[in-house]
Amino acid sequence: MNPRQLIITVVILVAASLGMALYAWRMQKHALTTVPAAYSGSVAPPASGSTEQATLFVADDNSGELQPQQASIPLSEDRQQRAQELVRALLNIYLDKNSSHPIAPGSDVRDAYLVDPGVAVIDMNSAFADGHRSGILVEDLTVASLVETVAQNIPGILRVKILVNGQERDTLAGHADLSILYDVPSVNQMVGPSPSPSQ
Amino acid sequence: MAVSRSSSRCSPLARLAVNLSAVFALVLLISAAAPLEEKQISIYSNVANYSLPVTAENGHDYVGIFELLEPLGKVSLKTSGTQWNLHYNNVECDFQPGSDIARLQNQPVPLGTSFVLRNGRGMVPVGSLTTLLPRLLGGPVNFHDAARRLFVGDAGVHFTAQIKNNPPDALEINFTARVNPSISTEPGKLVLVFTHDPVLPPGTTVLTFSSRSITSATYSENNGSAEITIAGAVPLFASFGNNGKTISVQPAPQQPAPVKSAPKPLPTAQTGQPIAAASHPVYSRYYIVVDAAHGGAESGATLGNQLVEKDVTLAFARRLRDELEVRNVPVMLLRDSDAALTTDQRASTSNQLHPAIYLCIHASTQGHGVRLYTALVPSGDTNRGPFLDWRMAQAPFLSSSQSAANTIAVELEKSHIPVRQLAAPLRPLNNIVAAAVAIEVAPPASGPSDLTSTAYEEFLANSIAAGIADLYQLPGAAR
Repeated sequence: MNPRQLIITVVILVAASLGMALYAWRMQKHALTTVPAAYSGSVAPPASGSTEQATLFVADDNSGELQPQQASIPLSEDRQQRAQELVRALLNIYLDKNSSHPIAPGSDVRDAYLVDPGVAVIDMNSAFADGHRSGILVEDLTVASLVETVAQNIPGILRVKILVNGQERDTLAGHADLSILYDVPSVNQMVGPSPSPSQ
Repeated sequence: MAVSRSSSRCSPLARLAVNLSAVFALVLLISAAAPLEEKQISIYSNVANYSLPVTAENGHDYVGIFELLEPLGKVSLKTSGTQWNLHYNNVECDFQPGSDIARLQNQPVPLGTSFVLRNGRGMVPVGSLTTLLPRLLGGPVNFHDAARRLFVGDAGVHFTAQIKNNPPDALEINFTARVNPSISTEPGKLVLVFTHDPVLPPGTTVLTFSSRSITSATYSENNGSAEITIAGAVPLFASFGNNGKTISVQPAPQQPAPVKSAPKPLPTAQTGQPIAAASHPVYSRYYIVVDAAHGGAESGATLGNQLVEKDVTLAFARRLRDELEVRNVPVMLLRDSDAALTTDQRASTSNQLHPAIYLCIHASTQGHGVRLYTALVPSGDTNRGPFLDWRMAQAPFLSSSQSAANTIAVELEKSHIPVRQLAAPLRPLNNIVAAAVAIEVAPPASGPSDLTSTAYEEFLANSIAAGIADLYQLPGAAR
């Protein structure tokens, strides 16, 4: 290789390195600007979009049962997005200072997935589980209300799995088993008779 | 022919060499396969209980003096050449390698054999500790020389052992302080090994009992540990109680004959159905296992100022046991101290005992009265041949669980106690191979502060025990 060929080779390699560095910088910037809204910690519902009537199954500590409650919620067409929005609407009720079933401040849903046919996975944040009150009934009410709310408003959901911070967790707060998949029909046994929107 | 003769002449020598080599190899193999047990010395004091390795020097046992003193008080060290100047609290002691005299506050103290430095560690002969330590520590020490167990000051745990009739043929060993031995079982005996507990020998090292199941308990000491070996004519198992101060050794439940098929589900639940051995061809000593939920670092719910669920469940479980024993219902308390048990441990222990009913106690300040839960058995059928899904173990027993819950509910309603029956995804209910019910005790209408009142606890325990006694007295229930 003569000196001229050597210089050309070095120039090509330097140019290629600069090009790759520029590409990597742009990719990193893109990743930072496209963090999903679910990770921001906000519990506010989407500001825009058409609203729909949904039935939320709201836990009531006084009666120890779920109470169906009609709500007008902005829901997207995407089923996964709908599941996340329904759970967030439910959490907003529990986060209200006058809630009959208060949950920990900062509780939020990180994401929701519809995986195998009929299976929904709800990924809650750590604040939700770490700050949840402990007790069989109080934990069961929370789990049942999440499962019922998603299943009754999104057709075809037969089983629901609850994750915390993307991980499987043994129990919600020492009692309700989160290692299992919840069958929607059997969840009715946890809090009494099967709730129906007409009740 | 020459080759043959030569071979014949060398053959005995060669055979001898081969044999010697084989023996040598065998000795090497055995010595490599069976590593020698490391010698150790155990030190017991009111400050700390610990063990240190003992090394051999010139045929004598040695221990590091700095390591020995460090857990007991403030130790500092200055070295000047090979000279060791050690301060323990306000006492000064000088050691010189090769010298068998230490100078303690400038007074000579004989060590028996010389002080040794090994890898920067100052080693003193174990035999010198009875001379050296009283002067260094400023108090008496008691050294069990043969077993290398050193007791500083008044450290020591005494014990008594006697056969109790409730449960029958149980050997109850009571200690003067909490102990934490390792427990092993061998055919015909159960061995408790105390390495970090200052257990002291009883008046006689062999205690004999007039029991058909447990014949004797023998105390021995060896290599920094104390052992109590309990000889039995039947397989034995041990359980802790009284906050770790009592160890109860009992005959283990008889093992079942091989079960050729999975147990069939019992008939549909109905109040008054006997909860019996029908599903298990197994003899059990206990009709019911009562399990106080939570324990150890896992406190459960906070029920008030400095009141946590684990303590309420334990107190209630003990009260329920008393009420059941009054009614002659054989009962076993799974947790009788602040022990931490996993749900798997609770399930497997209960399953090994083969009770007719497993009862798990929880407590809450939410609502009033009592809530009875049976298992919410998750879906999924991952049985593989003879191996059954652990999460589904309760499924064949669900109807008998509901039957037991119904009977208890009836008794509670008779006493006008608010009661509600639900299903719960609550472990270990779904892992139990017997009727399994969880009881969540809530306060009376008078308010949460009365949750732990003696009168309320007795009232609830009395009603629940009456319900269980009803089941126990049904034909076919008792085993």
